Amino acid sequence: MSQVLHTPPPTQAPAGDDLAALAARHGLSVSGARPSLPEYVRQLWARRHFISAFATAKLTAQYSQAKLGQIWQVMNPLLNAAVYYFIFGVLLNTKHNVPDYVPFLVTGVFIWTFTQSSIMAGTRAISGNLGLVRALHFPRAALPISFALQQLQQLLFSMAALIVILLAFGVPVAVSWVLAIPALVLQFTFNAGVSMIVARMGAKTPDIAQLMPFVLRTWMYVSGVMWSIDKITSHDKLPHLVTILLELNPAAVYIDLMRFALIDSFHAASLPPHVWAAATGWALLAGIGGFIYFWKAEETYGRG
Amino acid sequence: MAEQTPGNPGHPEHSEQVPTVVADSVDIVYRVNGTGAGRGTATAALNRILRRKQAEKAAGVRKVHAVRKVSFVAYKGEAIGLIGTNGSGKSTLLKAVAGLLPVENGHIYTDGQPSLLGVNAAMMNDLTGERNVFLGGLAMGMPREQVKERYQDIVDFSGINEKGDFITLPMRTYSSGMAARLRFSIAAAKDHDVLLIDEALATGDRSFQKRSEARIRELRQHAGTVFLVSHNNKSIRDTCERVLWLERGELRMDGPTEEVMKEYEAFTGDKKPAPKKPAPKSAAPKPDAKAAGSPEAKAAGSPEAKAAANPETPAAGNPETPKVPLPS
Repeated sequence: MSQVLHTPPPTQAPAGDDLAALAARHGLSVSGARPSLPEYVRQLWARRHFISAFATAKLTAQYSQAKLGQIWQVMNPLLNAAVYYFIFGVLLNTKHNVPDYVPFLVTGVFIWTFTQSSIMAGTRAISGNLGLVRALHFPRAALPISFALQQLQQLLFSMAALIVILLAFGVPVAVSWVLAIPALVLQFTFNAGVSMIVARMGAKTPDIAQLMPFVLRTWMYVSGVMWSIDKITSHDKLPHLVTILLELNPAAVYIDLMRFALIDSFHAASLPPHVWAAATGWALLAGIGGFIYFWKAEETYGRG
Repeated sequence: MAEQTPGNPGHPEHSEQVPTVVADSVDIVYRVNGTGAGRGTATAALNRILRRKQAEKAAGVRKVHAVRKVSFVAYKGEAIGLIGTNGSGKSTLLKAVAGLLPVENGHIYTDGQPSLLGVNAAMMNDLTGERNVFLGGLAMGMPREQVKERYQDIVDFSGINEKGDFITLPMRTYSSGMAARLRFSIAAAKDHDVLLIDEALATGDRSFQKRSEARIRELRQHAGTVFLVSHNNKSIRDTCERVLWLERGELRMDGPTEEVMKEYEAFTGDKKPAPKKPAPKSAAPKPDAKAAGSPEAKAAGSPEAKAAANPETPAAGNPETPKVPLPS
């Protein structure tokens, strides 16, 4: 065709200044600009129903092809606990001098899994949902928060299973069980914050998702999921700094809080000092810091 | 170009023109990892991670310049068609107007938040149609009460329940036509300020197409401005009074529908310049072999042509999905 490269195009676009001035005169705003922090919070709040609906939908979709359907929500954690009981309780018979070892272990596993899967889901929150990010306009923080919420819902099923296990192993119902609620709220805030941090990193460098399982596994082994930090630190063979680090590790803090709340033989003496302060501090630090860190890159998500 | 539109029929009520979208020499560039020099090797990948900005080229990051220096002003009450052969940057431009893709240079100013008619991404195949209506509606930013209120309208419009109670079945059991109809119905249920439609009219059977075209006209009356990307010349003629023609990311023409379409059809060669014949039924007039082949033919001659055919330009085939590593 003769005109394939025919230039210039027959439009006379006004000069840039004119267009900018025209836009300003009619109060147009720049498309896709990052909103201010208060505005961002407002937008996010306006999407709260989407966040919860998306989390629930993901959770439901998970087992929708299975014959037993939603029964797996409870079966899954129960089987998980059974495996850990089989390995640590029966095969190795390692109790680490911990009373009520099975409830101790299962609580640790469930609470740890909550943090672990929130972070794993967080790394893929943006990079795994590019279709959504590129098609619809919403505050992107909705995605990592929604995934963390999905894990929280999952954990509530696990907690139901946990209560069955606790009662089966003769742990009495106590008023202190109520403390599980603030502990979970704090842990959720912490998880959501860390999810947002890794979501931003994962959006820029998807390779993070490959690396994260190794980081998380290491983290799990130092968090006292299968053993009691208290027993180790009380031997006093460790340098003071290591003791402090072990005790302040957020995962360990949340796990110990939950054990303290649920298991009567896990006394306050086994808790690290200032445990509620540490739990709150980590939640605020990760929650607020993660949110701001995520918001800072809001306009860049979805660029591929 | 502001002067080109007032004479058009279709929005006589707007005597004073209010701009809703202003694009000011917009450039959009995609960066694709793992192509070009040293592609796929471990060292190149390492380079890319370590020296992100400085050594993009050395590390095999390829830039695809999808939209170049496009400027236009869209006014309230206009329906604007976007045409161009595959890979000319139409969808990319729409995404940038919607604020979903960052621009490299220039600015896009909008009145309110333009929305792309693309709800597909939020929907989950394993869930029932019913839950997807809620999820899709919420994802588009409709308040929960509004979704509830419009739920029945959405289902009725989609016609999913015409042949039985299918809305309570998982979407994976739907035929592709049914799923597409439900998606369009959800997307069209919201009131939009500036509405961007990317190839949405080709879905469903004939009766559904008629309904959806009617719905788009209705949306246009509420919406400030409608942009429509389509390869179906007939639906462009039916819905739009102004057309932007993009070719290789450049704005080639901007004017009243009939004028631009005439040139475009001559360009794609699928019709004689005389524009009176009925448009073909098939959706997309493919760019013919001559049109696609000619840049190379001309590249030998003019320097412009060389610039246009350099590796930064999307290959004639596929920049609709430029994120996929291009074979080199």
